[in-house]
Amino acid sequence: MRSLWMLGGLALLAALSGCTEKPQITGKRTVGQSAFAGTGGGPYTASGWKAGDETSWEEHMRMRTQSGQNEYGRSAGK
Amino acid sequence: MARMKFICDAERCIECNGCVTACKAEHQIPWGVNRRRVVTLNDGVPGERSISVACMHCSDAPCMAVCPVDCFYRTAEGVVLHDKDTCIGCGYCSYACPFGAPQFPSSGTFGMRGKMDKCTFCAGGPETSGSAAENDKYGRNRLAEGKLPACAEMCSTKALLGGDGDVVADIFRTRVMTRNKGSEVWGWGTAYGKPSPGGSAPKATKS
Repeated sequence: MRSLWMLGGLALLAALSGCTEKPQITGKRTVGQSAFAGTGGGPYTASGWKAGDETSWEEHMRMRTQSGQNEYGRSAGK
Repeated sequence: MARMKFICDAERCIECNGCVTACKAEHQIPWGVNRRRVVTLNDGVPGERSISVACMHCSDAPCMAVCPVDCFYRTAEGVVLHDKDTCIGCGYCSYACPFGAPQFPSSGTFGMRGKMDKCTFCAGGPETSGSAAENDKYGRNRLAEGKLPACAEMCSTKALLGGDGDVVADIFRTRVMTRNKGSEVWGWGTAYGKPSPGGSAPKATKS
């Protein structure tokens, strides 16, 4: 009797598994290179950071943002 | 990890379109495609305001959600990019985007849609960084060159800020607190209330 219940349960599980939602993504989402990897050198690359070093790139970008866009950081007498 | 964002300060924007020109020139954008544009509210009326608008690289981007071929992806820096080799030019992203960022070149014989084009935050595309293929399809990859987006760096009044969201939010907060105007708006405290670690300005030195 018990095995009958188990068999029935398994059959129900197998039948219901057809109702599960299938993943709707293609599974090949593109991922480009990280910016900190650099362009492999070249005349247009800004100096002051090391390609491949994430911390170096982040610090460089932070400094560039502050020095280029925050005039309150540049003017001495605020 | 940095999360790249744009902020446009409407108190500073003078509608010079320098950002639009910088973007067009940097990426050699064809006619009919405007990755960035300046929108003016109450044009001609005293007190008019202008803001520079492009892809805002949303954290929960609707274009990504609706794309039927899943061509969008987000980089580690939080920049929303797309793969033109996968894009079918259906235009769903254009309907979904609240900023009108997706653009479609209409150079075909019957004005048919081409592959979608939009602001890349000067971060190129899925091709090898700095390669000719990347440059042809998506424009310059300034982030990989250690530079910020051309529009933000060219902005003469520094109305358009671009960079790590924490840093630009801190710059904007400093401005608003200094000019003592703007922090009264709804949601200010939530968006800009507290300084972020590593985002505050370096100490100015007298020269």
